[in-house]
This record gives sequence, structure tokens and C-alpha cells, in this order.
Amino acid sequence: MKLIFEKGAPGQHLTLMPACDVPEVALSQSRTEPLELPHVSETELTRHYTALAKRVHGVNDGFYPLGSCTMKYNPKINEDMAALPGFSQIHPLQPVETVQGCLEVYAEAEKLLCEITGMDGMTFQPAAGAHGEFTGLLLIKAYHTHRNDTARTKIIVPDSAHGTNPASAVMAGYTVVNIPSGKDGCVDVEALRAAVGPDTAGLMLTNPNTVGIFDKNILEITKIVHEAGGLCYYDGANLNAVMGIVRPGDMGFDVIHLNLHKTFSTPHGGGGPGAGSVGCKEILKPFLPGPVVAEKDGGWQLVQPEHSIGRVKNFYGNFAVVVRALTYILTIGREGIPEAAQNAVLNANYMMKKLSEKYTMAYESPCMHEFVMTLQDLHDETGVSAMDIAKGLLDHGIHPPTMYFPLIVHEALMIEPTETESQETMDEVCDVFLELWDLAHTGPQILHNAPTKTPVRRLDEVGAARNPVLKYTKA
Amino acid sequence: MNFPAELKYSKDHEWVKVIDSTTVLVGITDFAQSELGDLVFINLPQEGDEVTKEESFCDVESVKAVSDVMSPVDGVIAEVNTELEDEPQRLNEDPYGAWIAKIEKVSAFADLMDAAAYEAFVQK
Amino acid sequence: MGTYVPNTQAQKDAMLSVIGVKSVQDFYAGVPQEMLVDSLALPEGLSELEVRQKVTAMSSRNRVYGTVLRGAGAYRHFIPAAVKSVVSREELVTAYTPYQAEISQGILQSIFEYQTMICALTGMEVSNASVYDGATAAAEALAMCRDRKRSRAYVSACTDPQVIETMRTYCFGSGMALEVLPEKDGRTDLESLKSIAADTACVYIQQPNYYGNMEDAKAIGEAVHAAGAKYIMGCNPIALAVMETPAACGADVAVGEAQPLGLDIAFGGPYLGYMAATKAMFRKLPGRIVGQTHDVDGNTGYVLTLTAREQHIRREKASSNICSNQALCAFTAGVYMTAMGAEGLRQAAVLSMSKAHYFAGELKKTGLKRVHDGEYFHEFVTECTDAEKVLRALDAQNILGGLPLGDNKILWCVTELVSKNEIDRAVSVIKEAC
Repeated sequence: MKLIFEKGAPGQHLTLMPACDVPEVALSQSRTEPLELPHVSETELTRHYTALAKRVHGVNDGFYPLGSCTMKYNPKINEDMAALPGFSQIHPLQPVETVQGCLEVYAEAEKLLCEITGMDGMTFQPAAGAHGEFTGLLLIKAYHTHRNDTARTKIIVPDSAHGTNPASAVMAGYTVVNIPSGKDGCVDVEALRAAVGPDTAGLMLTNPNTVGIFDKNILEITKIVHEAGGLCYYDGANLNAVMGIVRPGDMGFDVIHLNLHKTFSTPHGGGGPGAGSVGCKEILKPFLPGPVVAEKDGGWQLVQPEHSIGRVKNFYGNFAVVVRALTYILTIGREGIPEAAQNAVLNANYMMKKLSEKYTMAYESPCMHEFVMTLQDLHDETGVSAMDIAKGLLDHGIHPPTMYFPLIVHEALMIEPTETESQETMDEVCDVFLELWDLAHTGPQILHNAPTKTPVRRLDEVGAARNPVLKYTKA
Repeated sequence: MNFPAELKYSKDHEWVKVIDSTTVLVGITDFAQSELGDLVFINLPQEGDEVTKEESFCDVESVKAVSDVMSPVDGVIAEVNTELEDEPQRLNEDPYGAWIAKIEKVSAFADLMDAAAYEAFVQK
Repeated sequence: MGTYVPNTQAQKDAMLSVIGVKSVQDFYAGVPQEMLVDSLALPEGLSELEVRQKVTAMSSRNRVYGTVLRGAGAYRHFIPAAVKSVVSREELVTAYTPYQAEISQGILQSIFEYQTMICALTGMEVSNASVYDGATAAAEALAMCRDRKRSRAYVSACTDPQVIETMRTYCFGSGMALEVLPEKDGRTDLESLKSIAADTACVYIQQPNYYGNMEDAKAIGEAVHAAGAKYIMGCNPIALAVMETPAACGADVAVGEAQPLGLDIAFGGPYLGYMAATKAMFRKLPGRIVGQTHDVDGNTGYVLTLTAREQHIRREKASSNICSNQALCAFTAGVYMTAMGAEGLRQAAVLSMSKAHYFAGELKKTGLKRVHDGEYFHEFVTECTDAEKVLRALDAQNILGGLPLGDNKILWCVTELVSKNEIDRAVSVIKEAC
């Protein structure tokens, strides 16, 4: 498909701007290079971007079981609410008495999310999960620094963790200590006990863990860290399995981030914008990024926490994303939150059961909201890899699971159906998975060649990296 | 698999070409490049860097992984092969021609393997 | 209550029996029972109609001004209808990161086009796929320039204070030293650049600066390079249609808040930060980058590339932790730039700037004089005897005045959305108030 720069012709344009109704002025040092932007008519513009949209698979196009990403349905009412002019047309620096509705959104979302997570305070500034991790770790750092406990320079991370955890720790100025996971992907408690000490600033963990199993030793784990003087950070990537069932705050976590674009149904937008709200216990509240919303004299105010780490972003966060998440929580409410979790877990176990007819599971059931298959034996037997199966799924209109993650499982496929998929859809998808397993034995070459029905086929990633072409250059 | 007889080898799969008693050229072996797959970039060390035996002195990237390259000797980086920045594929295509760095002030490389020993080592 | 769970109780029971468990509670058998929550203290769920009423009521407790003369980091510009229409396509909105390139070509190609447009706008050679916003782009830019010998950054005092604060927070994390270059008459004090430390990694300036003033960006760039440091410019993307590009001013890295490119002000977000660099610096760019390649049949296609720089592979050695960025916002900016074209963007810039100058001229007649001399784009600062009174009078007429900066100073902004009539009306309100 042509690039937008290759379409239209110089002179084609939309008619958008009126004539200037005041005397025109110009800069003395003005732009000298020509500005090469597309030149197309409105017809061409809408067709081009419509064509691009058609070359994308979203949740609305079909099953999207991308493990660890919680690709649940994105309710349309959320979009309507975020687009209300009373939200979308509000300047972030308006007088506080004219933005009471926006502040109420933040205050209400904070109250509800703190209840769901067992936290005492929350900031909505972080724009994504990784940004939330960075913010949460800075809270830990500020806490220790404030107590003059400056020898705490290390963050403990299990080896099964997503790469963002160690990367965030380093951005926050910490050294990373990797500890091994047990056979079930859970924390090796003895390894943790050996790793903690006076240099421990904290531990980063997800629970359920990266392979979809609830770590039953969680209370002991958080206790070990606390007794060593460290704090516990909860990566909320997997909260969808347990919301309304158990709370990170009750597990002993001091600070968490939530991916509103995963657990709370806001759309992923092709890779953002999300929101990585950070909640914390009372002891960390004085360090939250400012400003935060507080009630005062019957109205909402923006206030600066006493020992704030400062801003991590301009203004207050991805506000429109928070409006969507709040709309979702208000819709499903008290019963709906645990219902979503239970059905996410039910759906995952259902698929796990059906697929275990042929595929090898990396860990014993039951799983939480996602499970990991290892295709190592299939690969050894037939030469068909996890990648080949994934590409085979593409020809059936199914988005593949997360591939080759977690790194501790060989030939991994990680499946997370979410609660918003029906039994009918899952049955159809499981049939396809099982068919592909058979095909791996009867016609492996077909899978090595897949996909064949997509707009493009397997792409040369090595060539792309060796000779980077990162923008269009006119021939 | 190619194991040139005139080179010495480390157990981290680097080759060493002795230029004189304190200067060597180093690169990755044929075995290493085949294990790493198609390499797309190398993060070269800087001239003047002190390098330590069995510690990382640069890294190489494939599409899906990054791997440390361990120094086979103690010494100081005298020169780096900047051509590899533009043509990382040479590490795959000609591993023994694609030297990564010239290291000087080298001490103690007696325990490096010769070609036969290294061949036996990788076949284990 | 509302629900998005499609399965009926009968279907759930059937699924449970396939699995061989009695109840969903059984799946949580591994959870320490003392931790189980009885019932959350949340309101009951609502029907869609009730939710709509409740949330709409919240939005009505905000005030939408008829005329907005405030910018200071968030700018109301005209957004063509075609932009809103195209960016609401379900496929784009509901997809995630393009991990499976074969079924994500639309997102990947749109990012490639966005990268090309950001390069065109800034004159730089390479752009990434966006970061969270202008402030985080600025903070990430400082980190890009750090090396083993240079870990100090300077930022001009004439930078948006929120950007400086964000930099400070990032530097608290990374341990990079951050110092502020003093202001002189509303611009970066050029003299101060002569005495920057030897371990300086980079210097950051904003163009046009926080006060709307144009900096002598070329001269600053020369001074920065003379000190052996990297030069970062934070530029308003609309102004780039008419001002000298960061590339022409010698910048090594160009960043900025790209919200003006077709995004609603939306009480501060989501926005997006653009980041572009010279070829020599491109591997230091954080976050995702899309590259062009071909498939096994030789057809042109696009992939996420240079990924071994990123956190999911490099882990604790990655230079940034960013994963999700603002893809849909970058898509929006791309559609906006296409709709506007070079001429449309230039017109938006000229209209904004000209109207701001007209407004400043009219204000002067009422006694509100500009605080600074010299050239400015679409923002400027005035002083008067009672700023509070001026803003209150405007507010009473449904006009959001400029941002009060203290000491009776006001930072005004005018964009193409404000007509001459609205400006004249605002001026007459101010005249009456003073």
C-alpha cells in the first residue's frame, strides 16, 4: 500500500483556514526549508486512513488473547463519556472552581480504585504501566531518603518479571537483584530470604505471577521484605484475575500501579494512550507526585503533597482515559468487579482444559486469568515452533497469544481470553488451535509458510534492523 | 564450523589473534555467531577502555536478543572496528575477519585454548 | 447492574463441568482464605442510561469557555472534522501494540508516516513513535545525552515550569545533575552559557519559550556545542511551520508537546511527546521505532525495529523503560498534519501569531503593556495594576483570560480559533475593568 506522501498531488488540499482578519506578521528568522507534508484531498485522506484501519486487527475484529495485556472489550459508553465537551474542552489550567467536575472524576476514581486495591491514596499522573513503575519506585526511594536510610540501593525482581521492572528500577537509580523463580513460577522464598538485607529498598512483584499462578506464599514474601526494612511494589498487570476477590493492599503491598487500559477496559489505541495510576499506603502518600485532588470547604482543590517527589508528567495525567475507567467501574459496580475477575479466570481455565487435550501446559492447573503453553515438545517432534503456530492463527483471523514470554518457559504461548469472550468464541478458537496442532504433524511446511492471507506475509526484521529505513524519502 | 589454527580461543567463544606479546585482536567465533543468529548491531567499546578478562566489554544485538561479549584478556582497548557499526552482518559472514577490537597492554593469555581444544570444547 | 460478561449462567455451568470443578471459587483455592474480600465498599452497578446521566452531570460541573486566551502548555487549535472521524475507527482504537506485524500494518505504516512528518517538521533525521507528553519527552532527552563522562544537564529558566519539574523528578531517579540557566529579560541569559561545567551532557531550551518569546536559538546552540555538550530544543510544533527548524539551529535532539497537532486539551491529557534526533544520536532514542522492510514475497511492509535497545530485551541495561506510548495520539497527529498540509499548518501558525500580535497591540492601548521586548510567537506576557480584576471581568463574559503568573503579570495566548471580534470584545471588557 502506498504511503500518504505518494498520493495526491501538490496543490491538492482541504479548505480549513479562513483568511487572516488582522494584519499579518512574520518572524525575522523564519523557516527556510520547505515543509514536506502530504498534499491530498479530503476524499484521498479519508480513504487512505480507512485503508490503514482495515489493515489492523483490534478487539472488535476478533479474538485477541494476548497474554499479560488483558485485551477485554472496550465499552462504547466509555468513549461517549470521554468525548463530552464538558471534559474534552476543558483547559488544564482553568480556575479550580471551573473544573470541579474534572476534579470529581479524579476524586471518585481514586476512592473506588483505592477500595478495589486496598490502598490509601492514588496519583493519576503516570501515563502507562512503565511510567507507573517508575513513579512507584521513586515513592519508595523518597520514603527511604526521607528517613535518611540511604544505604537501600537495591530492588529485588524475580527472573520471571517483565523487562520493564528492572528497566524502571534502573531509571529510579537502583541496582537490580534478580532472584530465581520456583518450579511453579512462584517466588523462591528461600532465595528471597537470602537476597534481602540492609541494602534492600524493595521488591517488585505481580500476583498472580507472570505465568498465571497465584503465589500462595504472598503474605510470607511481603513479610520477609518488610522485616528487612524494604517496601513491596505490586505490578498491577495481572489484577484482572483477582479484583474484588483479594486486594494487593491486604497482601502486604505498599505501592501499586494499575493499567487502566488493561483491567479497567479503556482501549489500547494501538499501543497507547493508557494510564498507569499509582496507588499507595498512608506511609507513602506524602511523597505522591503533585498536585493531587483533595476536598476542602465542600469543594475540590488541587494540593501539593508535603514531600512530593514532584511531577512525572505535565498537568494531571491522561484524564480522558480516567473518565473511561471511571465509567466502567460505575457501570459494573460492586458485584461486577469480582464477576469480571471470576469469569476471566473461568474462561482461561476453560481454554486451558480444552487445549490440554493436545498442547503441553507449562504449569499445572488451575490457572488464574491466563496460562502458558510450552510448544517445546511439538517443536522437537515436528519442527513447528510457537511462532509458526502464532502465524497460522493469523490466517484464521485470530490474534496470536503472547509469544516467547515469559522467558523462563521455552517456546511459550501465553493465552489470556478475558471475561468478555463467549463460550462460543472460545470453542471456535480452541478448534482452530487443535487443528493447527494436527497440521504441525501432517503439513508442517504450511505453518512454516504462514501466514498467507494477511495483507503482508512474514517480514524481514533482520534487514529492517541492519539497514534501518525509518522515514520516507522522496525518490 | 571453522576453527583457524593460528588463533586462540576463550570459553566464552571469543577468538584472539596475537599480534605481539602485549597486543591482540579479538572477535567472536564461528560457533558464537551461529548460536547468536543474524546480528543486527554491535555496541562497540571505546578506545582507552580498560577491559577485564571474562567481563563484558561490548554487546551484540540480534532482532530478539542482546548478548554480552566477554573480553578474553585483561588490557586496554587500542582500536575498535567501526566498520562493524554499518555492517554488523560481517560478524555472521566472516567472523574471523570481523575483528571487534585491538587490545593492548595485554597480560596473561596463557590459559586460552588452541584450535583443537576449542573444537573439542564446543562439541561437548 | 451493567456487565460485559457474555456467558449465561447455563454456559458458565457447562464450562465448569468441562473443567471438572464445581464453582469458580475453587479456582481461588490457592489464595490464603483470610485474605478473601467479602464485599467491596463500591456502589452497585448501573444501567448505561444511569451511568450516562451520572457522568454527564459531572462534566456539567466544569465550565466550557466561549473564548480561550490561555495556553501555557495546552493549546486549543482547530481540529478538522476528517481527523475526528478517521481516528475513531474501531480497529485502531481497540488494537494493542503491533507485535504481530502481519495484521498491524495499518498502525505500523501510520507510525512510519508520523515519523516522516515529525522529521519534516523539525528537520531532524530520525523520529521515534512518540512518548507520553512534552514534559516526559524533555526528561527522556536529557537521559539520551548522558554518557560516562558527562552527567550534568542545564535547562533554561524560560522553560515551561512543569517541564522543569518533570526533569527534576527524572533526575532524582537517575542521579543526573540538573541546573537552571538564568533568565534575562524574558529570554535565556546567553552570558550564563559561558560558564557551564565541563561535565555538561546537554542544554535544553524551549522555542518559543514559556513566555512566548523567540530565543536566539542558533547562538545558544553554538555556545552549547563550544562547551562540548549536546543541544536539545523543545519546540511548539505549530510554530515549526514558520520558525527556523531545530536542525537549522544545530539541535542534536528536538522534542516537544505535540498536543497542538489535532488533540483536544481534555484537562491535560492524553497528549503526546514527539522526539527526534540527528542520525548520530538515533540509537539513543527511547521507545518504539518503526522501520520499512519487505515480506517473503518482496512486498513492502513495516515492523517495530531496533527493538534490542528496549526494556523487554535489554532489561536493566535499557536506557528507558517505556513500552506503551501514545500510538493513537501519534496517529491523530499524523492525520492532522495530512489534513492541514504544509500550507494549512503555515496558515494556522500565521493566524495564531498575527492575532496574538493584534491582541497585544490592542491591550497596550488599554494600559496592559508587554513585559518583554523582541519577537514572540502566539503567547506574550503583560503587566498591569490588577491582573486579578482583569481576569475576573473576562470570566464574567465567558472568556478565559491568560494565565496569571503573579506580580500582576499575565501570560496570554491566541490561536486561530479566536476571531478578531472575540479579541475586540475581550479588549473592551478589559478596558472597562481597568
